[in-house]
Amino acid sequence: MLLDFLTYPFLRYTFLTGILIGIIAPLLGTFIVVRRQSLIADALSHVTLAGISFGLMAEKKYGWVISPIYSGMVFSVIGSIFIEKLRTVYKAYQEISIPIILSAGVGLSVIFISIADGFNTDLFNYLFGSVSAVTINDFYVISGVAAFVLVIIWLFFKELFTMSFDEEQATIAGLHVKWINMLFIILTALVIAASIRIVGVLLVSALMTLPVAASMRIAKGFKQMIFLSILFGEIAVIFGIISGYYLDIPPGGTIVMTSLFILLVAIGIKKIRK
Amino acid sequence: MTTPVVSMSNINFHYGSRKVLDNINFEIPNGAFMGLVGPNGGGKTTLIRLILGLEKPETGEIMVFGQPIQKLRNKDRIGFVSQKANSFNKGFPATVYEVVASGLTAQLGYFRFISKKDKQKIHEAIAQVGMTEYTKQNIGNLSGGQQQRIFIARALVSDPELIILDEPTVGIDYENVKRFYELLYKLNTEYKKTLLLVTHDTGTMTQYATDIVCLNKTMHFHGNPDEYASLTEADFSQIYGHPVSLVTH
Repeated sequence: MLLDFLTYPFLRYTFLTGILIGIIAPLLGTFIVVRRQSLIADALSHVTLAGISFGLMAEKKYGWVISPIYSGMVFSVIGSIFIEKLRTVYKAYQEISIPIILSAGVGLSVIFISIADGFNTDLFNYLFGSVSAVTINDFYVISGVAAFVLVIIWLFFKELFTMSFDEEQATIAGLHVKWINMLFIILTALVIAASIRIVGVLLVSALMTLPVAASMRIAKGFKQMIFLSILFGEIAVIFGIISGYYLDIPPGGTIVMTSLFILLVAIGIKKIRK
Repeated sequence: MTTPVVSMSNINFHYGSRKVLDNINFEIPNGAFMGLVGPNGGGKTTLIRLILGLEKPETGEIMVFGQPIQKLRNKDRIGFVSQKANSFNKGFPATVYEVVASGLTAQLGYFRFISKKDKQKIHEAIAQVGMTEYTKQNIGNLSGGQQQRIFIARALVSDPELIILDEPTVGIDYENVKRFYELLYKLNTEYKKTLLLVTHDTGTMTQYATDIVCLNKTMHFHGNPDEYASLTEADFSQIYGHPVSLVTH
């Protein structure tokens, strides 16, 4: 069953990229969920869609060849900076930054798609993920993003944990909360843009939150929660990519349904333990 | 004479048009167990936020360990147990060990990791508050009183000289409140920590504190527990801004 993934290079890149995303998406998702910022992933994925649409439009309309993964990343990072800025402007209503940025992302996407007079199946692949869309160049870019994210999380783990558990305490202790928050949201933007090839714009936030929601039910401690989130994320990605390929379904759908199944099992385990 | 741990002079502070602190002058002597009491909205939490450097006074100067608070580099010399500690996210899956370890983050600094020696400190802090057997448990599964002990351990792990506690006993039953005060007393007398405790629980606090301050926008009283006990209904009515009847039990 796995033979095709070993035989065809494009499937191999998809598979290896999936493995990387299965690590970094739930890893960042753990921090996002415990900080009650799950919807940020949705807002940033829609901004990434605007970036992808811009890239596709630029190529179709003006002949500028911009890889949509790059334009998606640039838009996502800019969107993340705006979210963080809006969160400081609306201190008492920080969540308002999410619908603002989300609607801005959708609005820009609509404009770029209209200017380009619509796209072919490319956009469908970006919305729901694709087994065949990952190029060797994408694989290298996503590997770089994954390495960067892992190093930063390793270096700032104790600060991120302290801020996630008690931001006020972190401020009192003299941590540079504002800058670390900014760094974290930029990492999130990069991970979302990197994940979209496989999972798709509309489902990327699920890969960041569902494995975490499952592990949260059964984990003892934060580090165990991270480990279980990554384990569940990997199971969902591997099973989702393989089943998506053989059933000819975009992998975003199968990955999310596998994650949902794991979540239901975790909820069941917790109930049995009680 | 030793330098006071905290000294405030001519402090004024407004939230919008509402005056919260009016010409506050006071000191926390080294080694004191100071109880800070007063009505809600009287400025107690604001006073703490000023000492912690979270707010800036409009006038006057706040010195902590002899330095202006904004210039104090070693913030780990101050431990803080917040009012919010009893309303933290109970679903956060962090073990007692992980929560207490987070108290070392500032002291360690960036790009430094927890060493064997630090791990020992964490276990010692947990032992100091009598919670060793719960080290690997998720904090959300503990009772309110036990959680507060863990937050004290988090404040203790960096070995601060001053510990500030903002209404830490809210929502905790009487028996656990008593145990909590015994722990604070031990920290003050055995471990020589200077404590500033904001509380409404004056009955229990006066049994353990060395100094008591009454605040309602201005400083109404600063003395020892015996002097505090001699305040009359008229004095309390003036402090609280409405008629007060004393009930002894």
